[in-house]
Amino acid sequence: MTELIVRVNGTEQKLDVDPEMPLLWALRDVIGLTGTKYGCGQALCGACVVHLNGEVVRSCVTPVSRAAGGSVVTIEGLSPDGNHPLQRAWVELGVPQCGFCQAGQIMTAAALLAKKPRPTDAEIDESLAGNLCRCGTYPRIRAAVRKAAGNASGA
Amino acid sequence: MIPKWLHLVAICSLAQAAAVLPACGGPAQETAATAPVALAAPPADGLRPPEAFAGISDPSERSRALFSEMSRVMLHPRCVNCHPSGDSPHQRDAMTLHDPPVTRGPADQGVVGMECTSCHQDKNLALARVPGAPKWHLAPKIMAWEGRSAAALCEQVKDPARNGGKNLRQIVEHAAHDPLVAWGWAPGAGRTPVPGSQAKFGALAAAWVEAGAACPKEEARR
Repeated sequence: MTELIVRVNGTEQKLDVDPEMPLLWALRDVIGLTGTKYGCGQALCGACVVHLNGEVVRSCVTPVSRAAGGSVVTIEGLSPDGNHPLQRAWVELGVPQCGFCQAGQIMTAAALLAKKPRPTDAEIDESLAGNLCRCGTYPRIRAAVRKAAGNASGA
Repeated sequence: MIPKWLHLVAICSLAQAAAVLPACGGPAQETAATAPVALAAPPADGLRPPEAFAGISDPSERSRALFSEMSRVMLHPRCVNCHPSGDSPHQRDAMTLHDPPVTRGPADQGVVGMECTSCHQDKNLALARVPGAPKWHLAPKIMAWEGRSAAALCEQVKDPARNGGKNLRQIVEHAAHDPLVAWGWAPGAGRTPVPGSQAKFGALAAAWVEAGAACPKEEARR
């Protein structure tokens, strides 16, 4: 075991864990942030997406040691009151069905909007191509990303 | 009426048979002198060492043969999958398109939300079966190797405009020591490694340059 220091949603966390432990395990089982979901465990579905130093990572395959000294943001930390434009758009358009993939969808979309505030439909599709939704809510996801970007008609 | 070009073919054919007209392809004696040197079959690891080419006395011929051997590594799916001619990498020995669907993006490192390093770490992940190595990324499009012959690959590798601005010495260094190149020999369980070893590949590259960095002709490898 090694003590690793990681800032999670603005709070410094000292983690006494195996450095090879996937970041997802540290977030859910050690810190107790269960908003990020376990889907495939192989970086294939996107349910586990969080931000590490502002970049998207799939926490199910990211060793927690990669986050040491860094800053992680999970769905719980995206906005202090759940009022991020994407979260508002998600509610207004009733995007989720079962909801399991939605944290990963929103976190990927949030990274996109942070770098491209007015993405085209093609850019939305490229960025979210690796976030699977077994309920098939893709049209509503895209519409919500557009809405959050202030681009409801698409491009 | 017989066209003029057919006369020339006929004359050359006769001249070659008589070994008297070098302009038509060289006399029979010269052809015999440059007959291909028989190479031993590749060893168990699939890659001949530079010494296997020592019997080729002509440096240019030896250099061409050395690069052909190097191309066994460079045109292997482990290498070509991330040197695609399109905007998406490939995967597996069958070189199918990468799944999940990713695109190269402006810096050959994916697009926002789907960067290469969103999933790939600096090492292979045994349990999740995600391959990884330091600085995992796609080769730029100008360095595409997909569909290349050994001859075309060689000309490309020597061209600084298409090799990342490297000179021949840097090419050898890259072949022998680059950590991402090294991944080809240690791609993780379930993936076929490229032939030989990085040390042998680097030695082949050094020998190729030493012999003149000649490029193979458009013909099959021996």
